[in-house]
Amino acid sequence: MTPELGHFALALAVAIAAAQAVLPLMGAHNRDARMMAAAPALAVGHLIALATSFGCLVWSGVVDDFSVFNVAENTSSTEPLVYRITGTWGNHEGSILLWCLILACCGCAVAAFGRNLPSSLRARVIGVLGFTSAGFLLYALTVSNPFLRVWPPPMDGRNINPLLQDPGLAMHPPVLYAGYVGFAIPFAFAIAALLEGRVDAAWGRWVRPWALGAWCLLTGGIALGSWWAYYELGWGGFWFWDPVENASLLPWLAGTALLHSAIVVEKREALKTWTVLLAIGTFSLSLCGTFMVRSGILNSVHSFASAPTRGVFILVLLAIVIGGSLLLFALRAPVLAASGIFAPVSREGALVLNNILLCSICAVVLTGTTYPLIAALLFNAALSVGPPYFHLTVVPLLVPLFAAMSVGPTLPWKRADLLPALLRLWWAAALAALVGIAVEAGLGHAFAAGGFAAAAWLIAGAFAEVVERVRLFRVPLAVTRARAAAQPLSVWGAAVAHAGMGITVAGIAGMSLAASTIVSIAPGSTVHLGGYDWTLLGLHDAPGPDYTARVADLRVSRDGRQVALFHPSRRAFTEQQQTVSDTAIETNLVRDLYAVMADERNGQVVLRLHVNYLAPWIWLGALVMAAGGGLSLADRRLRVGAPARRSAATVPA
Amino acid sequence: MIRWAAAFVVVAALAGPAWAVSDPGEMLANPVLERRAEAIGEQLRCLVCQNESVEQSDADLARDLRRIIRQRVVAGQSNQQIIAWMTARYGDFIRLRPPFEARTLALWGAPVIALGVGGAVVLLASRRRPSAPPPLSAAERQRLMQLLD
Amino acid sequence: MDAITRRRLLMLTPLAFAAAAGGGFWGLLMRMEEGSYDPHSLPSMLVGKPLPAFSLPGQQPSAGFSNLDVIAQGRPTLVNFFASWCIPCIEEAPTLMQLKDEGVQIWGIAYKDKTDATAAFLEQHGDPYVRVARDEPGRVAIDFGLYGVPETYVVDRRGMVRLRWAGGVSDAVARDTIAPLLKSLAR
Repeated sequence: MTPELGHFALALAVAIAAAQAVLPLMGAHNRDARMMAAAPALAVGHLIALATSFGCLVWSGVVDDFSVFNVAENTSSTEPLVYRITGTWGNHEGSILLWCLILACCGCAVAAFGRNLPSSLRARVIGVLGFTSAGFLLYALTVSNPFLRVWPPPMDGRNINPLLQDPGLAMHPPVLYAGYVGFAIPFAFAIAALLEGRVDAAWGRWVRPWALGAWCLLTGGIALGSWWAYYELGWGGFWFWDPVENASLLPWLAGTALLHSAIVVEKREALKTWTVLLAIGTFSLSLCGTFMVRSGILNSVHSFASAPTRGVFILVLLAIVIGGSLLLFALRAPVLAASGIFAPVSREGALVLNNILLCSICAVVLTGTTYPLIAALLFNAALSVGPPYFHLTVVPLLVPLFAAMSVGPTLPWKRADLLPALLRLWWAAALAALVGIAVEAGLGHAFAAGGFAAAAWLIAGAFAEVVERVRLFRVPLAVTRARAAAQPLSVWGAAVAHAGMGITVAGIAGMSLAASTIVSIAPGSTVHLGGYDWTLLGLHDAPGPDYTARVADLRVSRDGRQVALFHPSRRAFTEQQQTVSDTAIETNLVRDLYAVMADERNGQVVLRLHVNYLAPWIWLGALVMAAGGGLSLADRRLRVGAPARRSAATVPA
Repeated sequence: MIRWAAAFVVVAALAGPAWAVSDPGEMLANPVLERRAEAIGEQLRCLVCQNESVEQSDADLARDLRRIIRQRVVAGQSNQQIIAWMTARYGDFIRLRPPFEARTLALWGAPVIALGVGGAVVLLASRRRPSAPPPLSAAERQRLMQLLD
Repeated sequence: MDAITRRRLLMLTPLAFAAAAGGGFWGLLMRMEEGSYDPHSLPSMLVGKPLPAFSLPGQQPSAGFSNLDVIAQGRPTLVNFFASWCIPCIEEAPTLMQLKDEGVQIWGIAYKDKTDATAAFLEQHGDPYVRVARDEPGRVAIDFGLYGVPETYVVDRRGMVRLRWAGGVSDAVARDTIAPLLKSLAR
């Protein structure tokens, strides 16, 4: 019964989404206030229908309704309850439904928080979101339906991949999708602006919070994915430049560029056309990335099983959404008048440089990811592009980006003098040089030295603007404190976010210094690594709900004092006939002790041990970046929008 | 240039030591040679899992290839020779670092091309000054008069 | 061309890019459907080249063989890598027996397999091979560019490799790909 309800709710959601697409857009076109006012109600109705549908799918999983094909394929009765719930989105159909659910939430969010938007703009934004939703819901309803039944129902389901039974991976899709789909809102704003024929400072101010919010979520999602790979997959790395990872990095890079160029639109009414294009581009990259990986044409670890008809449907959908928006852009954008002239050396100029560099990195990653496809298509050659390529091409582009990151925020708008600005940062540069030289002299590791120097520059330079604004050390401390309290949150937000990037860079540099070894030892023996003594205390069995595990007890001590006691293990899943190593990590937030267990042979067990210095900072840095974004979001100025009614005629852009 | 790039790749590869758990007896006694062997292994794709390097993968084939790499490193072969040996058997697909040839010019040139395009766009945009609107035609002028009255 | 039209043309470049990308994506999807594109498959480096030099011991009671033995046959043959622990090998065994009945010469190489396991496999699923050799260390397989089992190589009468089929040889593959190729090589 519940699957039927879910199926019906899904069909209802399609219908409401279609209405959400058509009515507000027509209303905005004909200036029909009633139709425009219908938009929020339709968005809410759409969400309720879809939430019901999603809830039914989750419920089917929870009660082990194996007559639903999706549940039979992806869960089993021995699975813990929490993974039965999160497994809803661990497969293709369920994750599409999650995608649509978040898209519906976006529509509602605009309805709820966009009350201060002019009604025609809000109607158009909700309309565009409805249009996109309708497309994906139609896909979900027709070729990717999670409510298909199998009769007679099997006795038990096929368990999901044991790798998916993990808290990090359970949370990774929702957060990541929230980021991907979140960029649909700036996209919708861009389309609405093109339809309206006007892009102005107010538009910039309205778009930025949404882009920021999506960016924070995407940062979190990518960090979660990378962290999961680190602690679950057990190869000691955290990023392989696999197509699925790049697919998440591409919208992140474009989204970061969007955040920054939206500032220029808001403050100076310049870069309008570019920002609109970037908003379209970021969401397009989200779409393309996700679906390219799912379609199976890319060689990636993340393949869902999928049929060719699905690929065609998605391609047509993408063609309509992306092609349509770019066509609209080509037709309408030229009439957006330019304004806001600025000198090359200025804050706008720095933001333009930021955009050029970020978009170049984005283009390089895109090229590298799709080159195997291009080679197959044009040269009939089987090429592969892996981490060495990306390291060689992206790192040289990061150098000017990091350099500009600390200088840019200190430049004034419209026109600036570069030399005084650089000189004001002498202390950050000196610190960076000192750190770099110290690391090189002490450890002789060029990559780490460069990395730490960059991190020092970024962290110190992040606060350069704040230091300037509060006139630190140049006025009495009380005045500094008062000024600091009066700073808008977005200034702190930017500083914190940039510092977060520095922390991540420091983490990566620290990882490059990691000490590791592979040993084959018997219980009772001790290994020395990285200044610690690792002792294998013993091995024992530990059964689990759907696996049997072989656990090693490892004690790590330093100078006789115990530092950690942890338990790497190997789990043999009975149903999947798969053995998965459960990495054990002990962290004190400055270094990670990392142990992976392999085979046992003649009473000895093979262990791989790592001491990963500063590894936690990689993900802590991402958290700090997202926190910085959150701080910016909390800025009162962003929440107080432009008045709903304007008395004088606005200058058409 | 090539040697600098190769050194950079070696250094960059060390930016994240990542291995498969296997037999510690596999590792070479000489740490310098072992590191070289690891660096070569990290440039080759495991063909079984296909999303890990030969150095990281647990697959049997990867283990065999790691052993071959170490034998050849000890025998004194250069990195280029070892990779060429692998490519002769498995093709360019096994290389995680694509070859630098005519077919991959667009790939390796991507950073420069991207920056170039970016710079060109900025230049074009800055060239475009907001131009004065064209003078009104007679009909338009008449309509303007009508509107103003 | 006035300024607005010129700008419009410039603004069309993103769309042009997207259209090209979409067209490429479409082309690859179509090729994937018909089977001519598989991102996970490797083209063999041996196609159009002679068999690599090798000499392997035999799986008793068969004698071992070398590449020269295969060439000495002077007729198109198949070289098939298999293993007792490989499921697709079990699935393709009947097809190989069928090919043997049709007069095709198949030379088998047991890859990373124990002697008794291979013997049991041949006992249970049939022995379509003219000779069975053993590549327990797997080095010869690497010289062939093997990346999984089973793999079948079609070799012409002069010892040049003409085709590498990775994966099990199903009846359809035998009928539509291998048999016609063998026939054309026999002429």
